[in-house]
Formats: sequence, structure tokens, C-alpha cells
Amino acid sequence: MSNSFQEHFDRLIDSEVTIEPKDWMPDDYRKTLIRQISQHAHSEIVGMLPEGNWITRAPSLRRKAVLLAKVQDEAGHGLYLYSAAETLGVTRDELYNQLHTGKAKYSSIFNYPTLTWADMGAVGWLVDGAAIMNQVPLCRTSYGPYARAMVRVCKEESFHQRQGFEIMLTLSKGTEIQKKMAQDAFNRWWWPSLMMFGPPDAESPHTAQSVRWRIKRLTNDELRQKFVDVTVEQAKVLGLEMPDKDIKWNEERGHHDFGAINWEEFRNVVKGNGPCNKQRLETRKKAWDEGQWVRDAAMAHAEKRKSRKKAA
Amino acid sequence: MTQEIKKTNKTEWPLWEVFIRSKAGLDHKHAGSLHAADAQMAVENARDVYTRRMEGVSIWVVESRHIHASDPDQSESMYEPANDKIYRHPTFYNLPEEVKYM
Ligand SMILES: [Fe+2]
Ligand SMILES: [Fe+2]
Repeated sequence: MSNSFQEHFDRLIDSEVTIEPKDWMPDDYRKTLIRQISQHAHSEIVGMLPEGNWITRAPSLRRKAVLLAKVQDEAGHGLYLYSAAETLGVTRDELYNQLHTGKAKYSSIFNYPTLTWADMGAVGWLVDGAAIMNQVPLCRTSYGPYARAMVRVCKEESFHQRQGFEIMLTLSKGTEIQKKMAQDAFNRWWWPSLMMFGPPDAESPHTAQSVRWRIKRLTNDELRQKFVDVTVEQAKVLGLEMPDKDIKWNEERGHHDFGAINWEEFRNVVKGNGPCNKQRLETRKKAWDEGQWVRDAAMAHAEKRKSRKKAA
Repeated sequence: MTQEIKKTNKTEWPLWEVFIRSKAGLDHKHAGSLHAADAQMAVENARDVYTRRMEGVSIWVVESRHIHASDPDQSESMYEPANDKIYRHPTFYNLPEEVKYM
């Protein structure tokens, strides 16, 4: 019995048919999806913090409006993704709880600090750029609600990267100090951005399964290489130097070779020892706890309105 | 921890499905879902979340628990009978060349 369900599911997967919430699916597929989608949702939500940090200090009204719109988008992305995860039978509260208790992870990139205004440029350009590279293939992922959420997310992401690049361009065409600021932000965000694609393929044992399930369409190393190749060209436009002395075009491979990534640092940040892990989680929990009375009041208000309507 | 979940679950706002008419003359299409305390808040949140780029001119919300869906395991008996009724399609009928618009 369960065997035929499994066969039916495999057939759908192999013929690129979309799986929908009420379809039978293997437990592992469900569990892996919940983990992957909720991790992504948490990243969108926590990702608002390093940028929210600069909203009040944006250098002009235009920049402020843009940054505000971007951060608001990220909240929306979190919501689309949480909703997709909820279709798999997990509650929103449970997901929040996993984030707040540290049981669930979010992208390690958001555990780095945003020190100067140039970081808003570097984050948009590199972090959103890397995110887009990760996300575009997921628009064709096998799980319907996830794929539809990703289509929405990707549509909104493209302005995020552009506004970041524009900030970098303005700074690098500005005064000597501004250009230095841009280069410094580039230097600090480059390596963590490369780590966003996850550990090397050789160390990701689940890649093959995820690729078969179409919840991953390209491997970590493939995506990372793509990102390096496009960034090298974009850095030229900015007139900035790649923060990696080993970057070199490899004619044979048709790709750029690049230097060794410090995976020790990556593991350390994932473990909770990055520069901002504690601060991010505390800020997030504080916002949740301090919003409790608002959520309660809204519920009480809704109840009251309902009973008043009934009485009338 | 299970206790913690129970405690918070009691206050979780209900889930709503959001349908949006993207422009006048078109039908409402499912856009996604969200949590809200009541219908009014669901509409307001849907506006903020799903129409930030002029994606809509009208919003419907319905609490998710009110939606009844067909069972995918019954797909065969539900939809198969339509398969052998090709005479429901205009292409089933052969008309002489001279009849141009029909
Ligand atoms: Fe996002
Ligand atoms: Fe973004």
C-alpha cells in the first residue's frame, strides 16, 4: 500500500509534476521541506535586523524610502515562506518557537554587523545577489506552495540588489573616503557571502536526495561559482578590487578560480559564535515578547466585535 | 517545550486565504495566506503584504478552515470521466472549408 503511494510520488517527481499540500508525500520529504522553508523564512525575518539598523541614518530621504521598502519586502518574504511551511502541517507559533529557542537556524550571514552606510550597499549587492542566485532555481521546485512563494519573492528581490549596487556605485564614484568605505564593506561581506551557498558539495551528504526531489536544483558549489563569475564583472564596473588575491580566470574551466574559504569561521558562526548571533536572537525575542499584548488585544477586540455583532 | 507551544498556540491568530483581483474585469485569484485576528485585519494585512506593487484592485479574504477541497486521491474518479467526451470540444466537429467563422 505505502509502496504504491511511494511509487506514485516518485513518478510525479520524476515527471516534473508539482506536489500539492494534500498529496501523499514521504515523511522525509515533508520534514526536509519544513526545515528548508522555515530556515529560509527565519532568514528573511532576521535579515531585517542588520538593515533596519540603518533606516533612521540613511543619508537622504530617497535612500531612506528605498531601504524602508526593502526591509518591508523582507518581512513579506518571511510571511510567504512561513505560509508555505504551514501548508505542510506545522503551525506558525511552532516555527517561531523553534527560531526563538535556537532550535532552528537562519542564514549565518545575518550574524555579521553592518558598520557603515556602505554596508547597506554591500548587503544589497552581495547578500541579496547571492540570495537571488539561490532562489531563482527554486521557483521551479517540486512543492507547489514553496515554488509559488519563491516566484513572488524573486519578483521583489531584483530591486534589492539594484539599490545596493547603486549605493556602491555612488560611493565608489565619490570622494576618496567614500570609495574606501565601499571597498571596506566589500572586503568584509565578500567571504561571508560566499559561505551563504553552504558547505562544499563534498560535505553536503543530502544534496543528491534534494536534487532528486527538486527542492534543490543546483549544488552549493555550482551556485557559488556562478556568483563568483558574475561578481568579478560587476566589481570591475564599480572600480573596486576583489577581496581575494587568488581570483583568476581559468580558461580551461571557463570559470574564475578563487581562494580557499574559511569554513572554520562558517561553522563557528553557525554554532552561535558569530559577532552578532546573540544580539540578533535577543532583538528578535524582545520584539516578539513585547508584541504579545498587541496580539492579545487584537484577539480580544475581534472577540468583542463578534459578540457585539451577534447581540445586535 | 510542548507546554510552551500549547501556551502560544492558544493565542495564534486564525489563518486566512487571500484572493486578489489584479485588475478590473478579471476574477479573483488565490494570492497566498496570512494570519489575522479578524476579517477586517485580514483585508488590511493582505493589502500590505500582497499589493505593495499595485498587484490588486480588490481583495477577498476567507478563513482557511472554511475552505473545502477535493481529495487528490480521488482524482481519477473525479476527472477521468471527462476524458472520453471529446465531443464537448469544438474541434470534434468537421466543417466544410467554406464555413469560415464558426
Ligand atoms: Fe528577501
Ligand atoms: Fe532581499
